[in-house]
Amino acid sequence: MRILVVPLRWAWRFVVAAILLLFSRRHREGGHAPEGRVERELPASPRAERAVAGLLWAAGLAGLGFVFLYALDDADTQLLGVAIALALGLIGAALIIVASRVLPQERAEEQRPEFAIPTSGGGEHSREAEAERAGLTVREGLDGVSRRRLLGGAGVAAGVGLGAAALAPLASLGPRVGKLLEESPWQAGTALVEENGLAVRATELEVGSFLTAFAAGADKRDLAAAVIVLRVEESELELPPDRQDWAPQGLLAFSKICTHAQCAVSIFRYPLFPERSPGPALVCPCHYSTFDVLTGGNRVFGPAVRPLPQLPLRIDAGRLVAAGDLSGPVGASWGGVREES
Amino acid sequence: VIRRAVGFFDQRTGAGSALGKTLRYVFPDHWTFLFGEIALYSFLILVATGIYLTLFFEPSSTQIVYHGSYAPLQGAEMSKAYASALNLSFEVPAGLLIRQVHHWTALVFIAAIVLHLMRIFFTGAYRKPRDLNYYVGLTMLILAVVEGYAGYSLLDDLLSGMGLAIGNAVALSVPGIGGQLGTLIWGGRFPGSGAFFSRLYIAHVLIFPVLIGSLMALHMALIAIPKHTQFRGRGRTEANVIGTPLWPGYALRSLGLFFCTAAVLFALGGLIQINPIWQWGPYQPYLGTNGAQPDWYLGWLIGALRLMPHFDVVIDSYTLIPNPFWGGVLFPGIVFGFLYAWPALERRLEGDHAQHNLLDRPRDNPRRTAIGAALFAWVATIFFAGAADRAFVQLGVPYEGQLWGYRAASFLVPIAAYFLTRHICERLREGEGHPGRRSSAVSLTRNREGGFDELPEAED
Repeated sequence: MRILVVPLRWAWRFVVAAILLLFSRRHREGGHAPEGRVERELPASPRAERAVAGLLWAAGLAGLGFVFLYALDDADTQLLGVAIALALGLIGAALIIVASRVLPQERAEEQRPEFAIPTSGGGEHSREAEAERAGLTVREGLDGVSRRRLLGGAGVAAGVGLGAAALAPLASLGPRVGKLLEESPWQAGTALVEENGLAVRATELEVGSFLTAFAAGADKRDLAAAVIVLRVEESELELPPDRQDWAPQGLLAFSKICTHAQCAVSIFRYPLFPERSPGPALVCPCHYSTFDVLTGGNRVFGPAVRPLPQLPLRIDAGRLVAAGDLSGPVGASWGGVREES
Repeated sequence: VIRRAVGFFDQRTGAGSALGKTLRYVFPDHWTFLFGEIALYSFLILVATGIYLTLFFEPSSTQIVYHGSYAPLQGAEMSKAYASALNLSFEVPAGLLIRQVHHWTALVFIAAIVLHLMRIFFTGAYRKPRDLNYYVGLTMLILAVVEGYAGYSLLDDLLSGMGLAIGNAVALSVPGIGGQLGTLIWGGRFPGSGAFFSRLYIAHVLIFPVLIGSLMALHMALIAIPKHTQFRGRGRTEANVIGTPLWPGYALRSLGLFFCTAAVLFALGGLIQINPIWQWGPYQPYLGTNGAQPDWYLGWLIGALRLMPHFDVVIDSYTLIPNPFWGGVLFPGIVFGFLYAWPALERRLEGDHAQHNLLDRPRDNPRRTAIGAALFAWVATIFFAGAADRAFVQLGVPYEGQLWGYRAASFLVPIAAYFLTRHICERLREGEGHPGRRSSAVSLTRNREGGFDELPEAED
């Protein structure tokens, strides 16, 4: 129970203080004369004050309700939310009633300051003249300095040097980009493995199915390590001449990372009724770039510009193995993405 | 007690008279003035709930195997960041409540800023002398959007990881320096080095909140110096401000608004689920899900990325401008660039260099209102384009057809909005006595029999 007593006492003090505050305001009318015109009205009524006190009491109870719910095993998020929202809302309602039905209702007028207006032309004491004097003060502070240009130039030189020194360590944030964005763990002979590390077998994939595979021995989080492997009818393939032997038995592999904005290309659209549907394609769920798998990953729809890099495959004792590196850099484009490496 | 407290500080700082003036600071009454206050109060709630969350969250991309109480993810590989967010949601009492309140508040925070910005724009409140403060406000909006993105990216669930992948692609697309920029921020190639999450974390919990908080203080100082704007009305002139003084009326009313805002946000956080990260699962660069949507304030950017036709600017073999630049950098650059440039642009267009303390109603300046409506309609169209995949899934409207429709709409809708708004404003102005023109009201005078006589209309 000790745990409950402390917040209880705190809540009680809060309620008492709030009520005292409300009542203390009642007896102080017209204590000072505010500047400017003021229209004033004193709406306080015992009824409004009772309502406010009631709301604050209820708020205190709701707050304690939150503490009680919290102390239960397996505190329920919904009930907790309702309790605390009630406590806050009741206080809010009480304050709004205080502001509109209990405290003096005032409508006051205040004068604005005037700022320097270039068109005003003003006299000796105008805002403009004062601003002018501020500028003069700055210039007077430099009286007697003869070689301002020399000193100013030297100051700029110091600033540039120090600024460069301050910014240079930012280069430590990351490695130099160089060939980093083109790195790939694939080469001829790299085996394809599944997420659990087991080799991908050619027999696992039926026509129209796909799976995600990785370069054996590579970090699965390496952007270039993941490929999507799928099977289509070998007779459908329309690969370019230099890729004729990249898809044994209709098995194709492409980088899993979209060339537009690097999301994982995780949708394989395979036509259920080929006469009426568009051909088999890989789709990225982020911006719906769509790549035709039959022609080697060319973009057919969406904002991607470069084709999805294709991985040449061969089958080695029933297992899938890369026959070479991916056909292009993996991931989004940057300045050097199209340069020959 | 109050007198002694004031005396204590006055004898040490001389702040007594300033306090007296502050207490009588006058707030003009209009409901549209509350958006800014809601944004301010949301920020306070974000800081409070955010501090609580930092006590449990571990910003680390180190991969571990999950053994917490959420059964479907038992044994899954995930980052410590994601695991600690799951822990916070399932193990910590009231942890899920606070996390959801924090997320809801972020959404409301930015929504309130945008509504506030629209109020400022359509009533001409940004005009001299408040243009300076308008720039501060716009800067806070940009910071708030980046802050929100950093916040939901920290959790390292599947959706936030996909968001970061896109963010990295946008960084890589910056002409000339993109490759190096992305590599520097992420500490290597995406998904980045272990340092990246520390950077994202410190940006989210310290750097951006401090920047936003400081600008907020500046924002309020720059409101108080020339005092609030007000709409035209009885006794209101360019030189005065009429309304409710801070003490006693406005302070308590505004405090009431704070509590009501908090009540709504805690009710939302308690009752309406938001970002159930356990359903998305942990992020790995090779995982993706269909139907991925960002928080609402990034919807306009995903829409722009999706709508942009597929072209890069390539010179020889050098890719000067990769595609994500258009939607991810250029589009928000144009929108914010226009908003920053507008006050100066309008001064030049209208040749109006005067100080303005009285607000226009939107109809009072049809051109400004029409331009604002066109800009808003443009951004809104592209925002809705970002939800085209949801319309496809839920309503079956073909995605490709929608995309072409939205491409056309992104040109036509702003033009239509411009002319329609301008027409409506002008018609509204015709239909009533405008403060700047001759009054159509009838003046009455009491006659000797106790009835009323109509006074002849005054000649101009």
